[in-house]
Amino acid sequence: MSQGTATTLAGNTPPITRKPKKNLLSDGQGTLAAILISPTMLVILFVVGIPILLSLRESVFLKATAVDPVTGLIPEGESFVGLGNFTDIFNNPQVVQGAWGPMDRLVNSFVNVTFFTVVCVVLETILGVAMALIMARAFRGKGFVRAAILIPWAIPTVVSARMWGLIFDSNGVMNAILGQKILWLADNSYSQMAIVIADVWKTAPFIGLLTLAGLQTIPADVYEAARVDGANAWQQFVRITLPMVKPALVVAVLFRTLDTMRMFDLPWAMVGPGKYYVETTSILAYVENNQLRYGSAAAYSLVLFAYIVVVAFLFVKLLGADVIGDDESRALTAQRKRQKELAKASNQKVKLARSTITSGEGQS
Amino acid sequence: MTTATAPASARVTAEELAVLTKPRRGGKYWVSQIGIILGMAFIVLYCVLPFYWMIVSSLRLPTEGRDTTFWPDPVSFENYPTVFDPNNGFGRALLNSLIVSLTTTLLTLLLGILGAYALARLRFWAKGLVLSIIIACSMFPGITLLIPLFKMFTGAYSWMPINWMNTYQALIIPSLSFGLPLAVWNLTAFFRQLPVELEQAAMVDGCTPGQAFRKIILPLAAPGVFTTAIITFIAVWNEFMIALTFGTRQDMYTAVVSISKFTGAYGYDTPWGTIMAAGVLITVPLIIGVLIFQRRIVAGLTAGGVK
Repeated sequence: MSQGTATTLAGNTPPITRKPKKNLLSDGQGTLAAILISPTMLVILFVVGIPILLSLRESVFLKATAVDPVTGLIPEGESFVGLGNFTDIFNNPQVVQGAWGPMDRLVNSFVNVTFFTVVCVVLETILGVAMALIMARAFRGKGFVRAAILIPWAIPTVVSARMWGLIFDSNGVMNAILGQKILWLADNSYSQMAIVIADVWKTAPFIGLLTLAGLQTIPADVYEAARVDGANAWQQFVRITLPMVKPALVVAVLFRTLDTMRMFDLPWAMVGPGKYYVETTSILAYVENNQLRYGSAAAYSLVLFAYIVVVAFLFVKLLGADVIGDDESRALTAQRKRQKELAKASNQKVKLARSTITSGEGQS
Repeated sequence: MTTATAPASARVTAEELAVLTKPRRGGKYWVSQIGIILGMAFIVLYCVLPFYWMIVSSLRLPTEGRDTTFWPDPVSFENYPTVFDPNNGFGRALLNSLIVSLTTTLLTLLLGILGAYALARLRFWAKGLVLSIIIACSMFPGITLLIPLFKMFTGAYSWMPINWMNTYQALIIPSLSFGLPLAVWNLTAFFRQLPVELEQAAMVDGCTPGQAFRKIILPLAAPGVFTTAIITFIAVWNEFMIALTFGTRQDMYTAVVSISKFTGAYGYDTPWGTIMAAGVLITVPLIIGVLIFQRRIVAGLTAGGVK
């Protein structure tokens, strides 16, 4: 981009004084980019890439805990069990009693994750959008409200868990307000509700903030035109506000969804580990890891990982979440799609050009 | 002006003019106005009340931790010295948090600035791939990475004979897995906002891309870098799972781990007053910082679009 014009010119009039490069269209951007980006990618390889591969390897091994009937000893090390760690939920399920009846512990945690994600994200989105709509219409005090909204975001989750722990204490202020004697933090359905409330409190303002940024990009004359055409407030909201705020909102909701799916610290610090009503898959895998059952821990974490990948994929495909937000990549994808469609239409194979939208440099 | 040119008979008084210039506001206007004010009051109360409860509870007498009066009577600061009781090791935990968060932030900025510049400005074939990898990293469940990292750092693999339990590097390096993508993503958004003409001008004047970056872009991007630093710092400061796994000795707890394990000086009863006081101590510096730089942070959060 920055040197585009210069190189195109150089490409058009072959340089005489300079040594000719291998590729006249290359201006060395690729090399520079590789140098600049490689430290980041190396670190990511070490802290993300290698662990994921090891996790995959780990999940097909099982540390022996039972006595070997032949030798009478507990065998050392780990043995290859293939998909054994995954199929264990069918073969020898570890049945626990959670909110959803007796079921395998992994299935229970999986249902918990789904429940928390759906309920929390729906509530957060509704509340957050409402907050954004209010703030967008305010004339005065916007800065003040924005400052207030950043408070839940800045409070560490563990601190907020302890804070809500006091509020939901059996002698705490929530019971005092409701005039009840509810055991919110015991292993029961109320603890699920407490977790939902604490999570929504912390993150709805965040969605509100991102939605507000989206709202502020909508020009006022669009609403004016709608009003002239006789649209009422609800129609304006459904036909203008929602579609125009959708790109910002979908990305915010996607990130919130993925974040809620891996929820760990809130249930851990508020209700505690080993409470089946609020046990998420992250907590379950962590507990397994603590008991040195690496194989099943890795398997459970991979189940969660796969779940997250599927949800992210659905978000991108169905709702069109543009998470990357890079014009160049977007243009390239669109171009490839066009070429594929063209090839399909003419029923012949066309070699996809890698990039023609650039002003000349493209690849090096 | 109107009054000066109008004939004497039609001249309006200043009071009449004030009435005339005032926009007509029907009942509907006032209803919506009151609705907005009520809505804003609701938002502020929603966000602040639980936090208020934490502060108020920290100011009660240590024996009245669960009291539900709206204002403590008497106001007592006794909980605060208790937080720093040597049994809790809270001072050390704060120091650990500071060391881990600062180091991680500096490392991510150092690497992130370089990577983000390439992603924002340079053109290379793998850009879409790199961006996807980085965004995917911020979506991974931490637990998937943690289990193998735990084995790696405890010397369970023969090719990595180290024991990093209860060391700072074991707290810092895994934190890069979410800190670095966050920083790169935010910085890329900031670098993209800077006009490319500035660099082009610099390069026309004979700068190499490297010089243009160092002398033109970096000084201009300083606010963005600073915002990214704050956001990364807060993310690392609030991190729980990694800190809980690799800091198992009390002197290697970070502040949030410490508060999750608080038993306080009064062992038989949950010392809510002390816990709330510790919570206030952990949170208030963050909140002051956030309020001072709120405009920047909001810009950073919305530009990055990432938690």
